[in-house]
Amino acid sequence: MPKMTIDGVEIEVPAGITVLQACELAGKEIPRFCYHERLSVAGNCRMCLVEQEKAPKPVASCAMPVAEGMVIKTDSPLVQKARKGVMEFLLINHPLDCPICDQGGECDLQDQAMAFGKSFSRYHEEKRAVTDKDFGPLVKTEMTRCIQCTRCIRFATEVAGVEVLGAVSRGEHMEVTTYVEKGIASELSGNLIDLCPVGALTSKPYAFTARPWELAKTESVDVADAVGVNIRIDSRGREVLRVLPRLNEDVNEEWLADKGRFWVDGLKRQRLDRPFIRENGKLRAATWNEAFGAIAAKLKGLDGKRVAAIAGDQCDAESMFALKELMLALGSANIDCRQDGSAADANARASYLFNSTIAGIDKADVILLIGTNPRWEAPVLNARIRKRHLKGGLKVASVGGVGELTYPVEMLGAGGDTLNQLVSGGHSFADVLKNAKAPMIIVGNGVLARPDGSAVLGLAKKLADAANVVRDGWNGFNVLQTAASRVAGLELGFVPQSGGRDVAGILDGASKGEIEVVYLLGADEIDTNRLGKAFVIYQGHHGDRGAHRADVILPGAAYTEKDGTYMNIEGRAQLGRLAVFPPGDAKADWSILRALSEVVGKKLGYDSLEQLRRKLYQANPRFQRLGAIEPAAWTAFGGQGEIGRDYFRPAISNYYMTDPISRASATMAQCTERFVPTAAGGKTGTHG
Amino acid sequence: MSAISRTLNSFLLKELVSGMALTFSYLFKEKVTINYPYEKGPISPRFRGEHALRRYANGEERCIACKLCEAICPAQAITIEAEPRDDGSRRTTRYDIDMTKCIYCGFCQEACPVDAIVEGPNFEFATETREELFYNKDKLLRNGERWEAEIAGNIAADAPYR
Repeated sequence: MPKMTIDGVEIEVPAGITVLQACELAGKEIPRFCYHERLSVAGNCRMCLVEQEKAPKPVASCAMPVAEGMVIKTDSPLVQKARKGVMEFLLINHPLDCPICDQGGECDLQDQAMAFGKSFSRYHEEKRAVTDKDFGPLVKTEMTRCIQCTRCIRFATEVAGVEVLGAVSRGEHMEVTTYVEKGIASELSGNLIDLCPVGALTSKPYAFTARPWELAKTESVDVADAVGVNIRIDSRGREVLRVLPRLNEDVNEEWLADKGRFWVDGLKRQRLDRPFIRENGKLRAATWNEAFGAIAAKLKGLDGKRVAAIAGDQCDAESMFALKELMLALGSANIDCRQDGSAADANARASYLFNSTIAGIDKADVILLIGTNPRWEAPVLNARIRKRHLKGGLKVASVGGVGELTYPVEMLGAGGDTLNQLVSGGHSFADVLKNAKAPMIIVGNGVLARPDGSAVLGLAKKLADAANVVRDGWNGFNVLQTAASRVAGLELGFVPQSGGRDVAGILDGASKGEIEVVYLLGADEIDTNRLGKAFVIYQGHHGDRGAHRADVILPGAAYTEKDGTYMNIEGRAQLGRLAVFPPGDAKADWSILRALSEVVGKKLGYDSLEQLRRKLYQANPRFQRLGAIEPAAWTAFGGQGEIGRDYFRPAISNYYMTDPISRASATMAQCTERFVPTAAGGKTGTHG
Repeated sequence: MSAISRTLNSFLLKELVSGMALTFSYLFKEKVTINYPYEKGPISPRFRGEHALRRYANGEERCIACKLCEAICPAQAITIEAEPRDDGSRRTTRYDIDMTKCIYCGFCQEACPVDAIVEGPNFEFATETREELFYNKDKLLRNGERWEAEIAGNIAADAPYR
């Protein structure tokens, strides 16, 4: 641990860090543009100059490693003069168009020019102008504003893992570009906007909409995937304008995937803002009392066995808990939160959690993907795997299912056969897995949702046991859920109770007429054609598949419009918070269920969210321990049986459209058209 | 003063006469009152009256929706909404000033980087209803067109002191 002196104060710092980091440890603020904690050091903005004793010139602190006995001054006249000079040079070619720049008010250059720059300009010559580039439908470019810090290039190359950005020419003529005009085909491209210290890269959908000082900021959780990315929702009035990531080292570091960031325009379209009742085949607007009355009339005298409920992918734990209690009170055991038919076993926590934890990826040395495309199913988690890959010594292999990942993957085979070989040790990779220090198996939700999902899960468990993946202090067996509500649903036991039907059973029963009432709590990813003649109650926020089939629609709240608890893939409970109020007559989901329960004569025992949460915490205390994770016991799970010889497909075929919100979003539609042409019905480059 | 002169003054109404003489003398002096509204007093080029949104000489509106006026307004009388116009430039879709909230401090004019929002010389905009004082972008632009000559003159006159 070298000792050094910073501004006259002696401090001991860890070896191997840079002077800039040491200054931060000492509580000194060093201005910077190109330096970023999570990117490689470039050292080209020169803003972080500090004075080092016995050095002939000021040194760039971001690129200077610490050494024993260094004496650093961060605020001497020399440093101040150097900063003023650097700032003057940076501003030579920077247009003074702050009034029309979206970065205005949250711009590093603006702030640092105020803090460290001169108050006037001596430059009267012509400024540089640069042609804007096309970075796709998400990132707006204004390249004249670029100060050539190269953060975007380094982010795309290192974190996002797509080598599409680079710089051409040099000196004043340097331009950041994609060489060939093409969008940035990455699920993390939105983070470029956060990283850009000036207004060169800004958000296209959010262009000119608002200023940062007008926005109300609400800390919440993302539900676009199951990673549970910590987000900040920026809203104005009753409108959510944008979503930004929050820092959480254990979950998302500081990244946020594009779907969760840019789907917010979907929250304004196709919304259910009042109850509807189907009469003579047509939906008509109704009052809450009418809607509840229709449901109560239908449920009256009906055997609980003929009632079923399915919870969707974005439900909060509170509403699922309330629905479960209501269904139990009605005498129904037919409840399921696995609308894709996943074989995840609610009785074995290890069978549905990401047991190694997301931060645990940093320790892994061998990763086996089974039927999953983490880049689409959990982009932020994929970035973590790439980060581990960049550290070196990581081996990734896959059985079935990968798309184009951002690290080299060895394809072992297509599906069940390969998995069997791995278990029996007949495959060479079995030894690699066995000899690894911290092996990880990541099972995709896509394979669990196969008809033989239970057998695949069982085989994966066998493989985990055979390869000794679960050891003291390390559980390398992971399931990568794709639905934000899934883990909470399984923790709550929102699965068929004894004698109850699962999703397939409910749909079967409905088409045969054995199930007469189906309650869909935001469940849209089921085959609604198979609901037969059942009376369908849809409670949710978007007029999507479920609502189209519904006989009664109860308008609920989207994740930005209610307080709710979500559990991420690791089983980490996190709070989502209300940022704006639901539109029209829509209400928070738990309160709808509570009101309905009274009308149908099975009043639930809580009148406020606090009372509900108290019961929820009694039922499962893990929901109370916010931010904490509890390791799962390694118990038996998974079935046996034949596994089909077909390919293990990943759960997602189009990253940009997976749920009601993203399907309603125009931005996501543009992304689909641009980046997933086949999903949009378009032609690929090799057509004709 | 003797009793005689005091008696004389009171009998000859000297104070009254001198007072009337002063009054009479004003008949020949210039008047300080004016015949408002047919005549108006002079106002400073810095006078802060009714707001207006200006245009450039080519007819393009000056306002670029930077929202600095909205931010600085101490009475929060200004509401702005913006989006990219068809040609990609940054423009307001809504620019409202609640004239009943406005305290005529002139900060909006000071904050404006393009001299778009100004407080013009007009102070005669009383209305019969409250609603008429909720100005929208149309009204403000019309004000700008009507008062452009005076506003430009005022800005030019004040320019040397800025």
